[in-house]
Amino acid sequence: MQHHTWTRVELMRRSCRQVTLLAAAARYRSSIPVAPPSLQSRLLLFLSQRFHDIETILSWSSWFKNRGIRQKNFFYGYTQQNYGDNIAAAYYILSLKGGFRFAGQSEWFRSDRRGKFNWDFMNHRDTSIEEVDVSNTLINYTGLENLVKQRGLRTLSVSGCAEVDDWFLSRLHIFQDTLEVLDISNCPRISVGGLAALQKLRGLRRLDVSSLPRLQNPGLIAILLEEMLPHCHVTAVGYDHSLIYSHTQTDG
Amino acid sequence: MSMWKGLHMTAHATHGIHVSSRFIHKHTRLCTLSFRNISTGRLVQNDFFKDLENQLKAFREKAADAMPGSDWTPFEKNRSLPPERADIVIVGGGVVGWSIAYWLKQKEMIRDGVRVLVVERDPTYSQASTVLSAGGIRQQFSLPENIYLSMASADFMRNINEHLSVLNDDPVDLQFNHSGYLFLASEKVAHIMEENYSTQRYAGAKVALLSPTQLKEKCPWINTDGVVLASYGLENEGWFDPWMLLNAFRRKAISMGVYQCFGEVTGFKYTTNTMTTAEGDKVDFRRIKYANVQMPNSLEYQPVECAIVVNAAGAFSGKVAEMMGIGLGLKDTIAGIPLPVEPRKRFIYVVHCPNGPGLDTPFLVDYSGVYFRREGLGGNYIAGMSPEESLGSGLHYLQPHQEEEPETNNLEVDHQFFQKIWPHLAHRVPAFECLKVTSAWAGFYDYNTFDQNGIVGMHPLVNNMFFATGFSGHGLQHSPAVGRAMAELILDGGFKTLDLSAFSFKRIMTKEPMLERNIV
Ligand SMILES: Cc1cc2nc3c(=O)[nH]c(=O)nc-3n(C[C@H](O)[C@H](O)[C@H](O)COP(=O)(O)OP(=O)(O)OC[C@H]3O[C@@H](n4cnc5c(N)ncnc54)[C@H](O)[C@@H]3O)c2cc1C
Repeated sequence: MQHHTWTRVELMRRSCRQVTLLAAAARYRSSIPVAPPSLQSRLLLFLSQRFHDIETILSWSSWFKNRGIRQKNFFYGYTQQNYGDNIAAAYYILSLKGGFRFAGQSEWFRSDRRGKFNWDFMNHRDTSIEEVDVSNTLINYTGLENLVKQRGLRTLSVSGCAEVDDWFLSRLHIFQDTLEVLDISNCPRISVGGLAALQKLRGLRRLDVSSLPRLQNPGLIAILLEEMLPHCHVTAVGYDHSLIYSHTQTDG
Repeated sequence: MSMWKGLHMTAHATHGIHVSSRFIHKHTRLCTLSFRNISTGRLVQNDFFKDLENQLKAFREKAADAMPGSDWTPFEKNRSLPPERADIVIVGGGVVGWSIAYWLKQKEMIRDGVRVLVVERDPTYSQASTVLSAGGIRQQFSLPENIYLSMASADFMRNINEHLSVLNDDPVDLQFNHSGYLFLASEKVAHIMEENYSTQRYAGAKVALLSPTQLKEKCPWINTDGVVLASYGLENEGWFDPWMLLNAFRRKAISMGVYQCFGEVTGFKYTTNTMTTAEGDKVDFRRIKYANVQMPNSLEYQPVECAIVVNAAGAFSGKVAEMMGIGLGLKDTIAGIPLPVEPRKRFIYVVHCPNGPGLDTPFLVDYSGVYFRREGLGGNYIAGMSPEESLGSGLHYLQPHQEEEPETNNLEVDHQFFQKIWPHLAHRVPAFECLKVTSAWAGFYDYNTFDQNGIVGMHPLVNNMFFATGFSGHGLQHSPAVGRAMAELILDGGFKTLDLSAFSFKRIMTKEPMLERNIV
């Protein structure tokens, strides 16, 4: 019996601690209403904190979930060695189900919806890539490594990419001498902390920052971006403007 | 319904495995009454849903308490006593302490393979350097070790949710702002900047040098008078919310089974072994057996039996070392060399300037020693300067200017000191001629008086006390990589990923300082 009470006391203590932490997190974000987690996930949490085995299984499952993303963004070192930087970059883009245009050409290479593509790009070993459209793909920070050598890149669209985050933006400075058009609209992970990094792109002419769900005061940010990149046309649509107004006011 | 059943089964099945693992556990380690493993068979099953209910109820209550306007604080003041035994006791629950705790758990082979206890005396963290810092991370150092530490830590922060996310909790958001550090050099120090630049490039850091013209083009709001060269961090630099990092380490470490206790380490019980050297000198070797933890508002203390103590007490780690007699021995012996870490008070002023630089504001460090960065988007900035740098010595490591140092027995702000900063600020950024100081705070540097760099590793005479302290102005940004290095040192017996042996206590005994070559 004593054993029993002991258990309960300990369980209570643990739950208290957990609850405090949960609540602490809630407080930092008190402006965003937090939906209570589903029963199933609460049970999983409960179990995983008590049993190492479950925690391990859960971490495996998240590892597997991310494996796809990792594989997609693998560094194409072998291709690069055998076929050169341009072919490796092209192959990477097509494998992502994206599209690109070589410099001096007018037609685009794209993969179709099922990921099939025309291998003719292999004939352009010495042509660098000028325009890249990898919107709605799984491109991420690591995958950018495949494009680093494309020093003639002028247009890049990563619109609607779930894995594009602030760290990705902070790395775009590699194209600072050439990049003119950048579309980062609809990226769920981008925040103002990453937009600040775009100031290194001095040659930017057009920037699309529409519908970034994490921006809290998009109106103000659009103005600040225009100020930071005076030669650049900034597009910021898809925000609820009544909200913007109140935000800019409180931010002074 | 079937889902419920399924989960029920899972609970049951896992429990089976669990009991057997406890069994093994009991045999391998002379059962240090592990809290997680105490329950048996049926009871858990019956109580399972009741506990869940309690948990949810408590959650609802706490959530109500946490609404804005209540006086509730995120940290529960837990007055319960620490466990009687731990393998590793970490003194100090700042960012360094919790990072070490996390990495120790990360590296343990089996659950509860190491029992780690973090002892923190101040649950509100009112004096901890971590939460009072400027939150910056840069790669622009001159020592390769520091550059590598920064790069490894930036890498950690980029993948922070792979390391520190806790199931069902919000993902960690450090609120990282990717604006690089911009260092400005005068003619006198430009050559140092160039040397540092090549060291940094060699180490793989992405840094660019700018001429005054390029600088002006990049930051039109800057006055380039007196600047002959600037260096600017392109990647992995910026600032973030130190609270978030501390809390993320803490949350994850606790979820992995680290024990925490709010109390103060006031002393140690140790054994002494006297040995004679070849020259016939007697040397005392000490080994800590117990750490005495004093509970808040009480005179009682609890001895915690332990195998290893990690001194991560930040600015106060010199005091903790003294408790082991470090530095109290005869002069000219090893025992007479203190841990050269002491608190140094530094001020940060929050200024408002509606016409100041915008989103492109870097973390600017001027050769005068003044620094500032943007804070939010509303025309607010934080600025500061180190007192010894205000003398403009250029080579301030020659001798710390003690007389310039403010008192360290409190954290009061010297508002006059801003008058020394302002002229430099306004000179560099003319818009700052018109500004308003809206608030200010002070914090303690964990200042290493010997060479202003971290001290990482064991003490030669107290062979189970490890140091991770003395980082002076850059402990926050290096904490992820330092935690990993410490865990390697303790669990693997040596550095595996980053060799930090140059930061060991040995350099203090041999009087070979590891100095940063600064441009301020
Ligand atoms: C104004 C200012 C600006 C800074 N800016 C930056 C920056 O931009 N970038 C950067 O990287 N770093 C910066 N730093 C430095 C950085 O804050 C520190 O190096 C770092 O936080 C040290 O972490 P810590 O965990 O060792 O110390 P702390 O955060 O101080 O934690 C030590 C903890 O130990 C506890 N403690 C002490 N003695 C005992 C005891 N006997 N028993 C129990 N607990 C004890 C204390 O209560 C404290 O909470 C700045 C510091 C200051 C003051």
